[in-house]
Amino acid sequence: MAQFTLPKNSKITTGKHHAAKPGSGQKLRRFKIYRYDPDSEATPRTETYEVDLATCGPMVLDALIKIKNEIDPTLTFRRSCREGICGSCAMNIDGTNTLACTKSIADVSGEVKIYPLPHMPVVKDLVPDMTTFYAQYASIKPWIRTQSSPPPDKERLQSPADRKLIDGLYECILCACCSTSCPSYWWNGDRYLGPAILLQAYRWIVDSRDEDTGARLDDLEDPFRLYRCHTIMNCTKTCPKGLNPAKAIAEIKKAMLARRAV
Amino acid sequence: MTAFRTPLKVVRGLGSAREGTGHWWGQRVTAMALAPLSIWFLWFLAMLPGADHATVSAALGQPLSALLMLAFVFTLFYHAYLGLQVVIEDYVHPRALEITLMVLIRFAAVLAVLSTAIAILRLIFIAAPRT
Repeated sequence: MAQFTLPKNSKITTGKHHAAKPGSGQKLRRFKIYRYDPDSEATPRTETYEVDLATCGPMVLDALIKIKNEIDPTLTFRRSCREGICGSCAMNIDGTNTLACTKSIADVSGEVKIYPLPHMPVVKDLVPDMTTFYAQYASIKPWIRTQSSPPPDKERLQSPADRKLIDGLYECILCACCSTSCPSYWWNGDRYLGPAILLQAYRWIVDSRDEDTGARLDDLEDPFRLYRCHTIMNCTKTCPKGLNPAKAIAEIKKAMLARRAV
Repeated sequence: MTAFRTPLKVVRGLGSAREGTGHWWGQRVTAMALAPLSIWFLWFLAMLPGADHATVSAALGQPLSALLMLAFVFTLFYHAYLGLQVVIEDYVHPRALEITLMVLIRFAAVLAVLSTAIAILRLIFIAAPRT
């Protein structure tokens, strides 16, 4: 059944409060962060860290790095590019899935609450297990599939108008913010591909150079893989890149209809 | 993850069912039909406040009223069936319970359509209530 409450071993308790050392000129801000250590028997807890914003960068990721460097080196999270292009630091900040590196601390009022991406297995602290998500991405065969061989002397050409069709799609960085904000993906994430993967699938469906459009649609035409989308639109609302996965899914449904008798 | 199976094997599962478009489009077409039909249905009820049996059966006896009423109940229950199916697929995962509920709502939808159709036809063709 769909899980509406946390399982017993996932009930969150309140953990340590890390108060800042008193000093002058401080601009203190509290960060309440989800902690879970798979090696201990303990259930997850939230720990509160007081961070001096006067000596911290402007983004939530800056605060996380500061906490790890100066307060608690056991805090675990993924990060890499710190400029919103790698998608590693996707997490739930202030109730919304987003990238810690592009989320400004100033945009959050009061205590900054940070949790891992919702409804994913947690490896440790803010690190979710992305195995299924990546396998779902692999399942759509996200590369150009053609029967004709490429021209011997040049690349496969594409008109500027056709190139425009993949604008708003190719920018997706697969951070999984959208998929993990989708209730349908929470309840049926094992069979529903979720907004991120469907947007990626559509990126190849509209690509004028790809010749396997029909097979791509065949693979998606399924009550669970595609039609679990009930246009809830959390995906579009949460996307840190400002993309519109809900529209991409709607376009796939339109393509499904276009190739059959209405 | 299931032992000795790659994540891709698990995700691919039994493959695509190659269906779902008919269900999705059916739900939208019935919704489109229900918008005007529901307004007509409410208007039809509003025209008959406190009417007796003879008045109602006379009103339903109009060919257009009979047609719209039958169209309304058929579309309504078909739409409701499609919607409930989605709810069960979304939330009910124990396979045996899922199949049981799915069959039961199918039976219920058919019985609902047939019993309301019989009631409407009785009203139309059997003018006076039996004493």
